[in-house]
Amino acid sequence: MTAFITTLIDGLAYGMVLFIISVGLTITMGLMRVVNLAHGAFAMIGGYVAAVLIEHGWPWALAALGGSIAAGVSGGLAEVTLYRPLYKKGELAQMLLTFGLVFVVTGVLTLAFGVEFKRIPLPEALSGEVDLGFRTYPVYRLFVIGVGALLACGLWLGIDRSLYGARLRAAVDNPGMARGVGMNVDRLFTGTFVLGCGLAGFGGVIGAELLLVEPTYALKHLVTFLVVVVVGGHANFKGSFAAALVLGGVETLGKFYLPGVAAYVSFALVLVLLLWRPHGVLPAKSLA
Amino acid sequence: MSEPLALSVRGLSKSFGALPVTRGVDLQLVPGARVGLIGPNGAGKTTLLNLLSGVIQPDAGEIQLGGVSVERWGPERRVRRGLARTHQINTLLGETSAQDNVAIAIAERERIAWRTFSYRRRWQACQEEARARLDEIGIGSIAQRPVRELAYGEQRLLEIAIALALRPRVLLLDEPAAGVPSGEVSVIHEALARLPSKMAILLIEHDMDLVFRFATEIVVLVQGSVLSRGSPEQTRADPRVRSAYLGRSHT
Amino acid sequence: MKALARGALPWLLALGVYVFADDQLALGTNALVMILLTLSVDLVLGRAGIITLGQAAFFGLGAYAAGIFALHVTDDPLLGMLVATLASGAFGALSGALILHTEGVALLMLTLAVSGLLAELANHASDWTGGSDGLQGMTIAPIFGSFRFDLFKHTAYLYALAVLFLWYLVVQSVIASPFGRSLDGIRQSPPRMRAIGTPVWWRRVAVYALSAAMAGSAGALSAQTTRFVGLTTLSVLVSGTAVVMLVLGGARQRYGAFVGATVYVVVQDYAAQLNPFHWMLLVGGLLMFTVLFLEEGLTSLPQALRRWARALYRGPAGTTAAGATGTGGATGTGGATGTGGSA
Repeated sequence: MTAFITTLIDGLAYGMVLFIISVGLTITMGLMRVVNLAHGAFAMIGGYVAAVLIEHGWPWALAALGGSIAAGVSGGLAEVTLYRPLYKKGELAQMLLTFGLVFVVTGVLTLAFGVEFKRIPLPEALSGEVDLGFRTYPVYRLFVIGVGALLACGLWLGIDRSLYGARLRAAVDNPGMARGVGMNVDRLFTGTFVLGCGLAGFGGVIGAELLLVEPTYALKHLVTFLVVVVVGGHANFKGSFAAALVLGGVETLGKFYLPGVAAYVSFALVLVLLLWRPHGVLPAKSLA
Repeated sequence: MSEPLALSVRGLSKSFGALPVTRGVDLQLVPGARVGLIGPNGAGKTTLLNLLSGVIQPDAGEIQLGGVSVERWGPERRVRRGLARTHQINTLLGETSAQDNVAIAIAERERIAWRTFSYRRRWQACQEEARARLDEIGIGSIAQRPVRELAYGEQRLLEIAIALALRPRVLLLDEPAAGVPSGEVSVIHEALARLPSKMAILLIEHDMDLVFRFATEIVVLVQGSVLSRGSPEQTRADPRVRSAYLGRSHT
Repeated sequence: MKALARGALPWLLALGVYVFADDQLALGTNALVMILLTLSVDLVLGRAGIITLGQAAFFGLGAYAAGIFALHVTDDPLLGMLVATLASGAFGALSGALILHTEGVALLMLTLAVSGLLAELANHASDWTGGSDGLQGMTIAPIFGSFRFDLFKHTAYLYALAVLFLWYLVVQSVIASPFGRSLDGIRQSPPRMRAIGTPVWWRRVAVYALSAAMAGSAGALSAQTTRFVGLTTLSVLVSGTAVVMLVLGGARQRYGAFVGATVYVVVQDYAAQLNPFHWMLLVGGLLMFTVLFLEEGLTSLPQALRRWARALYRGPAGTTAAGATGTGGATGTGGATGTGGSA
């Protein structure tokens, strides 16, 4: 029984990490409707920058912040120079460009850092275990669960229910009209991109214990991030949250109880869910 | 016994989320009908057309083409059953020439579009008929130009030519003159006047001249339901229609 | 006459490689296999507009089918090729029928899921597939009993060239037919095609299956000429690479697949000798450059350069009107990002 609960909490932690990393993709790909296969690249940038900062003596929290900012800034730069010309050119062009971007970032990071995993050592406060009553459990994982939950609430309030979110959705639906009413659409898009990529970077740092930081990160986990967003329903934070948790739970429990079958389950799940509801399993609030 | 109706619609309803867009619409078109559908912006005219052509599925109600219920059918099947439409938003194949746009439609009609073998003679016939139809409607000169290079008015005429090439029994026209520069509108008027007499036609338009000249029956749609139906004179005289729609600007 | 010469050029070049570049035939054979794979992606993605990152499923399936067939049934290569092609085509028809109701990102995900599932299956069924060690130890009999597969790849190269040529003829004939034209229509505007009565799903499944069969042939070639099949044949990397090669060369260009695949294979071979990650950088950069500036791929580079030169000479007013950015190249599905919904 204890083992089951522990595994469940592990699954929850893993799911939360998936959510934290993927939520930025919900913003860039879901809200802004850009096919963005390079999301993992920004997570990587966050992880590597944080690792370097820690090596230079920065405290963990500041390094995490630094990594997120670095990822956000690169995201902003990428949006202005690379993504913007492609908004009108359709999904294929976006897919190809971002795929190329993944290759480029992977290549650059490998040349700079080599192929080994980059360790991001946890601070004192987060290492070690806490006593849960029936057993002790790593603090880090509980921390991740807490951060994930906070992030989910924050984003839901800050985007789904805010004026900013409404303006963003309007601008995505009809940029011409939005410009016509005086919205600075370019700045809005760039800013949102910065947010999405910054969150990716943040996820990359926070999740480094579970999704190890190394050059093939972006390609390796590409499918996972996409799954969370698409199965959750594109622009739907609640959906991605649910999808991440289910996926995390299924994979973790699967690995423990049905080791041979675990990977099949994820893919089969994706197949079934997308065939049943191609637009995402939890219907987003209709704008009509 | 009278012929079956070309198009029969009963109790058609559709809501998007909590918003009802089409409420219990009834409509009947006999072969050869000339019905104009008018209404203020947001009345749900295009939605109705999308429901009729199969682009969206109704929540309730019945649509019959020549006596056969088609409300659950997709657009392709309805075309095979004799329904065709034009679109207000451009869906034409931009990279393809005008003639090829028509030829492909004819090939579908003739059921040879799936072929990868022994098609040469039949495809040639499709091309010839396509060219003839373009000439008929007056745009034969641009037959080889890719559609994205055509003037807006020419594209709208091409839409009509393609729809006609399908030899439909029911034709739905979605604002064929909308956005067409005033110098080119008369060509569209003429094309509409020359439509086959046995074809049942439902015309959505904002151009009141066009509608009142073309239609023998006018249906007024307001906020998703039918406000009135009758001859052009009756409609013009109807005070409800006036206040809901005509009263605003028309001379 | 010029057209004929231009058409025969790549084949003459290929034969030229055989005669003059005797020692590079292993690389050459690999290039031919990749060309065939890329050609299959040109058909399904370039022509029919089905955006897929799952072509490796069919490539790998064909490879394993050919390998397992050689090991357990008979080592006749032509029979093996036939079986592999049919098996991939059948799986393409089945999986296509299942997933081609969807479009856009959902479809992309599903193609990833299908090939992911197959990869897992291959990993687990190690009794049949050799698992992560790969499938090896097969012998391949001489073609028609007389053309032995030698170490220097003489037979392999010509065999691959012949298979490629046959498929090339098939593709050309499909493109020119009414079926091919309706596919082009489906790529440009599925709603338009539905509005003229085209059974879009059926056509898509048909081309998906055909392209799967082609990719399966490529996989079988790979298995038979290297006598090895690894798990990477089913990976996302192969699928992605195939798309990259196509875009590099230029989708819907007659020899786009040829140029793209050859360039990629040669660059990879060269760069891999330096540093495996250099080529990622190079290819990624090339890809981004192509998408941003060269919509029609590298095969249009000469025209693009000419256009730019002209524009430079004439100054800001000098961009020519008609055909300035060509036919929209690989990316010409025009704004599938949801504008103008009139529902």
